[in-house]
Amino acid sequence: MFTPDVDGVTTPVGETDDDLIQLLTPTGERVHHESYSPRVDHLDRAALEGLYRDMYLVRRFDSEATSLQRHGELGLWPPSLGQEAAQIGSGRAMSSRDYAFPSYRELGVIWTRGVDLRSTLHIFRGEDHGGWDPNAHNCHLYTLVIGSHALHATGYAMGIQRDGDVGTGDPGRDRAAVAYFGDGATAQGDVSEALTFASVNDAPVVFFCQNNQWAISEPTQRQSRVPLYHRGRGFGVPSVRVDGNDVLACHAVTSEALERAKAGGGPTFIEAVTYRMGAHTTSDDPTRYRSRAEEETWRRRDPLDRMRLLLEREGSPSEFFAGLEAEAEQFGAEIREYCHTIAAPPVERIFDDVYATEQSQITRERTWLTEYLAGFEEVAS
Amino acid sequence: MSERAVSDQDRQGDQGQQGGTQRLTLGKAINLGLRRAMERDPKVMLMGEDIGPLGGVFRVTDGLQKDFGSDRVVDTPLAESGIVGTAIGLALAGYRPVCEIQFDGFIFPAYDQITTQLAKMHYRSRGKSQVPVVIRVPYGGGIGAVEHHSESPEALFAHTAGLRVITPATPADAFVMIQQAIACPDPVMFFEPKARYWDKAEVDLTAADELVGGPGAPGDVRATVARPGTDVTLAAYGPSVTTALRAAAAAESEGTSIEVIDLRSISPIDFAAVADSVRRTGRLVVVHEAATFLGAGAEIAARISEECFYHLEAPVLRVGGFHTPYPVAKLEEEYLPNLDRVLHAVDTVMQH
Repeated sequence: MFTPDVDGVTTPVGETDDDLIQLLTPTGERVHHESYSPRVDHLDRAALEGLYRDMYLVRRFDSEATSLQRHGELGLWPPSLGQEAAQIGSGRAMSSRDYAFPSYRELGVIWTRGVDLRSTLHIFRGEDHGGWDPNAHNCHLYTLVIGSHALHATGYAMGIQRDGDVGTGDPGRDRAAVAYFGDGATAQGDVSEALTFASVNDAPVVFFCQNNQWAISEPTQRQSRVPLYHRGRGFGVPSVRVDGNDVLACHAVTSEALERAKAGGGPTFIEAVTYRMGAHTTSDDPTRYRSRAEEETWRRRDPLDRMRLLLEREGSPSEFFAGLEAEAEQFGAEIREYCHTIAAPPVERIFDDVYATEQSQITRERTWLTEYLAGFEEVAS
Repeated sequence: MSERAVSDQDRQGDQGQQGGTQRLTLGKAINLGLRRAMERDPKVMLMGEDIGPLGGVFRVTDGLQKDFGSDRVVDTPLAESGIVGTAIGLALAGYRPVCEIQFDGFIFPAYDQITTQLAKMHYRSRGKSQVPVVIRVPYGGGIGAVEHHSESPEALFAHTAGLRVITPATPADAFVMIQQAIACPDPVMFFEPKARYWDKAEVDLTAADELVGGPGAPGDVRATVARPGTDVTLAAYGPSVTTALRAAAAAESEGTSIEVIDLRSISPIDFAAVADSVRRTGRLVVVHEAATFLGAGAEIAARISEECFYHLEAPVLRVGGFHTPYPVAKLEEEYLPNLDRVLHAVDTVMQH
């Protein structure tokens, strides 16, 4: 069972803050953790500013896309507002050789993989189902069927094992896969099956669960009777709970999990406790199922605010923040302009790439439609 | 041929390395085809429940783990969605997984992975992600099994674009087609007629290497004329081809000449081969074990009516399963398209 804590935020019974890995408080103060602090000690001020820039620009893209949907330029948009630290912190822990398997709200993750965020506009403007070349970025496409890709990541990790790219001790060779999914996905059978396959195979895969508290309108309590990070333990998978709004802690725990995976130590389950500050998608109305008080509580835990407080405390000049704001303004303008250039693909695209090799039924239907449409052109001329 | 001689030849087949023609069961032919594919390409691997030391419940993977190791012949957890889902990931990592689903009726936990992920990944990525996964499914009835062990779900998969759905009817075809399926860059549903696993026939072990890369393969698998005839076309696939051939032999004694087409592929269907035959015979009966309602026969009947309207002397008839769950074993002989029902349909179209 779950009970409200002092802030009115639900927390599983039996949980204490001791279970939560946190390296940066909501007021921007560092917290020392014996195991995890050393994993972020090497980040100098420029690196910390880099993480803040990542989160800032991703948030700007997200707000711009949300606005574009409201203006009718996109059919739908899944906002990532509030989850930037979980995504940037974990994503920046990956090497270029690691492979990410995102769900459909991982704007920050794909940013860390070097994917042009504008690719996502193609998906939600109805021009493309995918948007980018997965192999060019070691970043799989968004997966919309909840939890399916946890198995793809596990299978990919089994491929890494068979390639001999695990446990060699060579950082240029060892690699791992990371599966991103939400709290709702933990209720899906595929996630449980992925944990089973990963566990019995010691697959080099990290399961990064962003518990953003809500699966559309259903709170985490409707998905699980136990804290989500306990899920991994039943499968024999080391599991950890981290403050998902703390970019440093997310970076540290993912870094540790990746290190274990690449050394041959098998999978890790990470529950990043965060909050989806916006709607599930632009078609959703969160005022029907959650309170203003709850939203306000989490707003005080904003992942960007605490990082800014830290940067100011550690001496980042006002020019840095002003420069970033100007960069984001220009970024936003570019996004708006780009979105308007995305046109419908040629109609033949319907038939392209259904199969890797020619398939006679597709060929037949493509020929029929082409001739049918040509008939209209002849009539017009 | 004496029993002793058959036994000796089977033992030769067990070696799997020799060429020439051998008399093999359909199950053994698939086993040798898998072996040949694994020898040809080190990225080919097998995954499934009980496929290792046991060799699968039908022994189709017998001896393969011993020779190729447990990394290439993987005994998986009992989780069908997990088998297919991880196979997709392995394919994305450059491997060519061949999954075994233990029985037809147990494929449904994997249905989501097959239809929403496997079938669509190439399309979704606009060709950037290839997923050459083969899913082997023992299917069909006639072995006196309990519930969920005798189903024919092929139409459900043929209805999903992005999958190729093929089924061999003979040991010779099984040996070649499993290798074609594995060589194909597209996902392939490979339905194995379990009632025919023990049927024996000659298998040419030398032709296969050319056929794997030959015309129509690994792309479209073409239909074949299993028996020529002039009065009625019987189109069948998988386990029903044998039934159709028996019906043709029986009808011949009554003076009716039946041409049997072995479709071999349900997606795509080789309509041209069926239409060619119907233009000569003027009559068509489609035979399959799956329910006729919205089955492959319905599609064939519609397409042939469209293409061969002026050649047809009679309506296209279908002989298949009823729109019920697969019945208990004591009643399956009445459910299956048996010889009497096929010949009854032949008589009906001949009366027009």
